[in-house]
Formats: sequence, C-alpha cells, structure tokens
Amino acid sequence: MATKASRSAARLMMAPAVILLLGWMLVPLIMTLWFSFRVYLPLRGGDQGWAGFSNYTRFVTSSAFWPSIQTTLIIVLGVLAITVIFGILIALLLDQPIWGQGVVRILVIAPFFVMPTVSALVWKNMFMDPVNGLFAHLWRFFGAEPVSWLSDASMPSIIMIVSWQWLPFATLILLTAVQSLDSEQLEAAEMDGAPWIKRFWFIILPHLSRAITIVILIQTIFLLAIFAEIFVTTGGAFGTRTLSYLIFQRVLESQNVGLGSAGGVYAIILANIIAIFLMRIVGKNLD
Amino acid sequence: MARSVTPRRKLLNTTVAWAIGLLIFFPILWTILTSFKSEAEAIAAPPIFLGFDWTLENYRIVMERSDYGRFLWNSIIIAGLSTILGCIIAVPAAWSMAFVPSKRTKDILLWMLSTKMLPAVGVLYPIYLLFIKMGLLDSRAGLVVVLMLINLPIIVWMLYTYFKEIPGEILEAARMDGATLRQELIYVLTPMAIPGIASTLLLNFILAWNEAFWTLNLTAVNAAPLTAFIASYSSPEGLFFAKLSAASTMAIAPILILGWFSQKQLVRGLTFGAVK
Amino acid sequence: MGQIQLKQVTKSFGDVQVIPPLDLTIEDGEFTVFVGPSGCGKSTLLRLIAGLEDITTGHIEIDGTDATDLVPAKRGLAMVFQSYALYPHMSVRKNIAFPLRMAKMDKAEIDRRVNAAAEVLNLADYIDRRPGQLSGGQRQRVAIGRAIVREPSAFLFDEPLSNLDAALRVGMRMEISELHKKLATTMVYVTHDQVEAMTMADKIVVLQAGVIEQVGSPLELYRTPRNTFVAGFIGSPKMNLITGEEAAKHDAATIGIRPEHIDVVESGGTWTGTVGVAEHLGSDTFFHIHNTGLAETITVRAIGDVNLTHGDTIQLTPRMDELHRFDADGLRIG
Repeated sequence: MATKASRSAARLMMAPAVILLLGWMLVPLIMTLWFSFRVYLPLRGGDQGWAGFSNYTRFVTSSAFWPSIQTTLIIVLGVLAITVIFGILIALLLDQPIWGQGVVRILVIAPFFVMPTVSALVWKNMFMDPVNGLFAHLWRFFGAEPVSWLSDASMPSIIMIVSWQWLPFATLILLTAVQSLDSEQLEAAEMDGAPWIKRFWFIILPHLSRAITIVILIQTIFLLAIFAEIFVTTGGAFGTRTLSYLIFQRVLESQNVGLGSAGGVYAIILANIIAIFLMRIVGKNLD
Repeated sequence: MARSVTPRRKLLNTTVAWAIGLLIFFPILWTILTSFKSEAEAIAAPPIFLGFDWTLENYRIVMERSDYGRFLWNSIIIAGLSTILGCIIAVPAAWSMAFVPSKRTKDILLWMLSTKMLPAVGVLYPIYLLFIKMGLLDSRAGLVVVLMLINLPIIVWMLYTYFKEIPGEILEAARMDGATLRQELIYVLTPMAIPGIASTLLLNFILAWNEAFWTLNLTAVNAAPLTAFIASYSSPEGLFFAKLSAASTMAIAPILILGWFSQKQLVRGLTFGAVK
Repeated sequence: MGQIQLKQVTKSFGDVQVIPPLDLTIEDGEFTVFVGPSGCGKSTLLRLIAGLEDITTGHIEIDGTDATDLVPAKRGLAMVFQSYALYPHMSVRKNIAFPLRMAKMDKAEIDRRVNAAAEVLNLADYIDRRPGQLSGGQRQRVAIGRAIVREPSAFLFDEPLSNLDAALRVGMRMEISELHKKLATTMVYVTHDQVEAMTMADKIVVLQAGVIEQVGSPLELYRTPRNTFVAGFIGSPKMNLITGEEAAKHDAATIGIRPEHIDVVESGGTWTGTVGVAEHLGSDTFFHIHNTGLAETITVRAIGDVNLTHGDTIQLTPRMDELHRFDADGLRIG
C-alpha cells in the first residue's frame, strides 16, 4: 500500500494536523521564552526591559520551588500507584462471572464523567468538611475527633480526590485487557499446577503490561496538568502547591509574567524529561 | 473468559463487586440525593439517606441565581464544535498514519502526544495575550480552537488505533475497484470506522466538556461554560450543601445521561482504542 | 486481451532488494501461477502488477502499453485478495456493484452485470446479506464476483484459498479453473501450495527470494526441474534428494528420485533399509525408510495398501530412467 502517489497524498493529509499542532506548540513557547528574559509586570509598568537570567534564578531560589516539584511528583506517583493497583484488583473482580456486571461497570465508570470542578467541590464540602462533612459524621460515630482533611491531611486528600476521578479509566482499560487474555493460557498454567498467585504474576501481569503502560502514559499527561482540583480545594495552600499551580500564582495572582514564564520554562523542561522517559517505554510497547 | 464457578463463589463475587461499585458511585449518588434536600436536612447529623422531604427548591434557586441555560449552551457548543472540528482534521491524518506508515509515523504520533504534555500554565500568558490581541478572550470561537488543539493529539491517536484494525487489503480492494482517495475515505473507510469514530467523538466531547483550565482562565461571562458555572460555587456558597448539590447535578447530568445511553461506544472510547 | 509483460522489473524496500531484475511475459488468456515458499516475493510481484506497489526500476506493459505509472484503477485488472477484502458494511449486491459504481456506470447496466455475476457464481440466495453473515466459501465467491463484473483484462488472485478448509479448497479450485475456461481471461494466481499450482496452472512460475527459478507447464516442471529447488518444491511427497557417495556414482553432486519412482522389491534391491513411519492412505502407502546407508531418509510411494510396518526391513530399487542429476550448483545435468 505504498506507492509514490499514496505517500504524497498521505503527507498532504497529515499536514493540517501537524501544522496546527506545531503552531500551537511553537508560538506560545517562543513567547514564553521571550517573556522569561524580560522584567514584565503587566499591572506595575508592563515590559521593563531585559532581565537576563534573573527570573530563572529567582524562580529556582524561591522557597516554594523545590516543594512544588516534590508536591507535583508525589501527587502524580501517588495517584498512579493507587489507580493502577486498585484498577487491576477491580478489573480482575469484574472479570469474574457476576450478576449485573453491566450495571456495576456503569457505577465504576461514573466518576470519569464528573467534571473536576464538581468533584473537587463535592469532596471538599460534602465529604471533607470538618464540621458537616460525611467523614466528620463517620468519625464522630466511631467516637473519633473529625479531621480537617484539606488542611491537616491535604496531600492524601488531594490524592484521594484525583484517584477517585481516574480510577474508572484505569479500571476500564485494565478490564478490557484482562478480558482479552486467552483463557487457555490460564488453564494451561492451572494444569501445570501454578497456584493463583503465580498465575497472576507470570501470566496475567505480563499480559497487562501494555495496558498498564497506556494507563500510566495517559494519566501522567493529565495528572501533570491538574489544576481545578487544587484551585477549588486548597488554592495551593497547606503544601499542595504543584509546579503548575505555583506558576499560575506567579502569572495571574502576583502578575509577574517574567517570573512566571521562567517557571513555565522549568515546567516545560520537567514535562519533557518525563515525556522522553515515558515515550521511550510507550514507543517500545506501542506495536 | 467464560469460566464456570460455583453459585456460592458467584454470589460472593457479586456482593464484593456491587459493594465496590456502590462505594465508587456513592459520592455522585450522595450529591444527587442531597440536591433534593433542604439545607437543614443536608447537614443534619446523623446524615439522612432517603427519609427526607424531597424538594426541587434548590434547583429553582440555582436557576434564579445564574443563567444555567447559557452556561449549558456554551458547554454544548464549545465541546461539540471543538470535537467535530478536531475529527475533521484528524481523520485524514490518522488515515495517513495507519495506512501509509513510514519510518517517521511513530515519531510523529508520539510527538503529537507529547504536545499534550506541555504544561498549560507555561503558555497561559502568551495565549492570554494572543487572545486579547485577536479579540478572542471570553469568546466561544477562541475556546473551540483551544480545546480542539489540546484534544487533537488524543483524537488522532484514537482514530489511528481504530483505523489500524481495518485491514489494509479492503482499502486496496477499493483502489483496485477504481475508487479515488476521496471515495475510498467516504465510501469505505469512514463507514467501516463508524463505531471507532463515534467512540472518539464521544470521549473527546466529555474531555472537552470537563476541561477546567482553559475554560476557567479564558472566559469571563459570555463564553463561560458549566465548569465556570460550578466554580462560582467554590465559596462561600459551597457551604450550602443542597444548592451546591443541585448545581453540581445540573453540571454533570448531561454527561451522565449521555454516558448512560452510549455505554458501549464509551467503554470502547475510554480505552482510547489502545487496548483490545 | 490481457497480455502482461514485466521488463527488468526490480523492487526494493529501503535498502533491501526483494526482487532483482526480472523479466516475465504472461500471455493473453493464460492461467499463470506464481508459486514459492512464503517470503519468496510472489505476492509482492502480484502487487507490482496490480499497481498497489511502485516498481523501483523497470517497466510493466499491459497489452503492449506501458502501465508502469498507472494507478491501480486504470490498469483494467481485478484482484481477489487473500482475506477477500469485502466491504463489511455493504450487502453482497453492493459489494459486487462497487467497482461499477466507481466507474459511474448507469444503474440498469450495473444491475444487469451484478445479476449475471450472481448467476454464474450461484450468489443469488444471499445477494442481500452482509459479508459477516457468509461462510468462507461464500465470501470467496463474492470476492470473485466483484472481480468479474468489471470484465477486466486480467484477474489477479493473491492466495485466495488459503483461508478455506481443505474440502472447500478442492471445490473452489475446480470452480476457479472452470471460470477460467468459461471466461478465457488471463489469470495470475499466487499460492504457496504446489498442489494448487499443479492442478490449475497453464504455466507455473517458481520463485525463490525474488528470483524466478523456472517457468513452465506443470508437467515440464515435474519432469525436468531445472534445479534442486524446483525439484524439491514441485511434487508431493517431495523428491528424494541424495548427496554424497551415492550421487557421485552417477557423476553428480546431487541425485533426485521421486517417491513414486522407487519400487519396493522382494530381493536384490539397490538399497536395503528399515521402515520408520508408514502412512497408509488406502490407495497409496508412503514409507519413510531409514538405515539405507544413505545420509537422507528415503520416502517411497507404493501403490495400494502394502502390508509393511514400523521396523520391517525393505528393499528398494529406483527407476534409473527417472533419476534426476544435479551439479554442485544445484543445476540440472542433462
């Protein structure tokens, strides 16, 4: 299926998507790079000339920088761990013969449809509120002191909210993968006397590796960018300021575009490091 | 995997699966229930599960307070148009990658996906400035373009994986039968890929519907979709649980209902076409 | 009309040349079979003729006009694919009508031709069904139907029977042969199955690694294989190829003798050995003989049901006039 005619047609048909994405990537990127070398305070005098690397040094040396990197990584890794592990367990369970499988599946997928702002608000107020939240009621019922979730256990709370949103996605992909496993393979292993745990480890898990890679790739893309969940719940307080959120604050709240842009460049570098790392894995697993 | 198990085992599996399903679904259920309570019942201790006076009062108040219809319409227009536009651009690109692969195809695909990893905040201000310059700030057209661009890589990727399942021989047969490239796309490829295209449209509609960074930062009043509608409840109105619940229910209901009716395509779509 | 000529055709994928310069003429009305082991380039060659792949250098002429740069649709050829490549979203009728629709033929003519094709191929019973509801054999017929309505100058078949079970395959083989007799149109047929090649072809082209090893009628290839590859490939069970001392006795590097050209004798045989596996088919019996003093296991065909089993001693005499001799390069001597 590869003649000269079809190859040139292919290039032509790919062009719009490639050009658009290239523009979408390059134009803002170049502008961000430009701003990052300027003293640019839109509300306090606008563009005030060259800044050299001062924005960059200021951004890294600010006390908020390293904690924000740490926060970002903890959230991404925490959510990935929870969703993948529970996703596998639930997928294996749903793969068993059960009554009402379709309905259970809908119940499990449902959180994916809920927009992040809604889920953050609902969790924050109706569940995690230290006075009227359901958790507070539950804690009191067992005679414990209610926890101020979003201030005293802010990171676990955020990780939990985000995990709830992404668990359906992980479960569904993994379930599809589990269902595609050839049952004869498992039966053969059973005949060979492999106990359940070994069948899981040596047959099911390797079979799922491609699906797990995809879950990790797609979720990382979205998790690095989580915004609404933090915006709505803690507003970046109580140690939940991710790198993205820090930059957001610099640009929009303190209106320091130069400094924020330098932060943006750092974020882009970080994202690229993670991207290259991930693409390596995925590239291998893609065919 | 159809295996036979003992009824007892099946009962146990069923019980555990339903328990987990309900646990995961519970926050949504609770929100919907609370939306029908009065504010006092909503924060009653101990919480009331079903035995309350069902009321539509909260919905009335929310409607009065803000123009729900306009937010809803904005959401539909923005999510819908950005998805359709994305598909129109992505179908030819995905065709090229799936049926005329070259050494660079995989690189291009991964590059496209990697543009999604560019942190939005990193480019927020430039986009913001460009929008002001072009008069696109707080316009639906602007958001349609941005959401189309951020979802384009996912659309291309999904279509690519669906197209790859279509045997190339069928397209070659069409070529032998005298179909031009355009006819091949319209009469053969697209009809065969309808389920995949439907899944792609559906999933990206949901992603666009729920997108909450650009929609919050690039809109004010005119183009604000439901994400902005609900964000206005962050505080202190959030403390009024019943009204918050009503607003939340109104924001997620369209998608929940859509999801319910198109479960099959959605399940397919949710796997991003990547897992069979 | 449907004469196809390949002149110095080569094909490379990247740096790998899969078809070295090749010349071949397929005469009008001829049933030509490309046969060879998988990966020998036979399908690639067919796709070059079809125009689904560009040739790297050389020319393809169809009926004397240069078709090298023509797109597939303009070459006037029809192709039946290994997977049948039916359009799953169209009924059988629409599948068959598709090429005519693409040619903007008027509706009455399309109907007439589709009905005629359905008649010839007995498709009428399921003309309104979708391909997904058909059996393998029925799909095959539809694929052929789609090819014949165009009234092409030549048909190209790419391993069309390989997805059918054994019984159907024999039936379809006959049908395709009959179709060829009826239409008298050029057919180019690719297969890895030498039985298909032998039973259907007017002319067989044996390919290996993109190179034509021999071109000829089935019996020419059977009687006078040009080299050891063709000798081993054509005929079933395979020709016994014997090297070493025994070959040297006949002034050859390799000698070949077909299983059906070795007689089982009571005494005084050229070779004595023990029976390994005996395959009793009723009409014939195939013995695999070990311990003959030759390096190779010898396969023998005996007519009827010969009552010898595993471990029995057996004496064999090859018919000397049926012996094939090959030199050190594997080429036929004499």
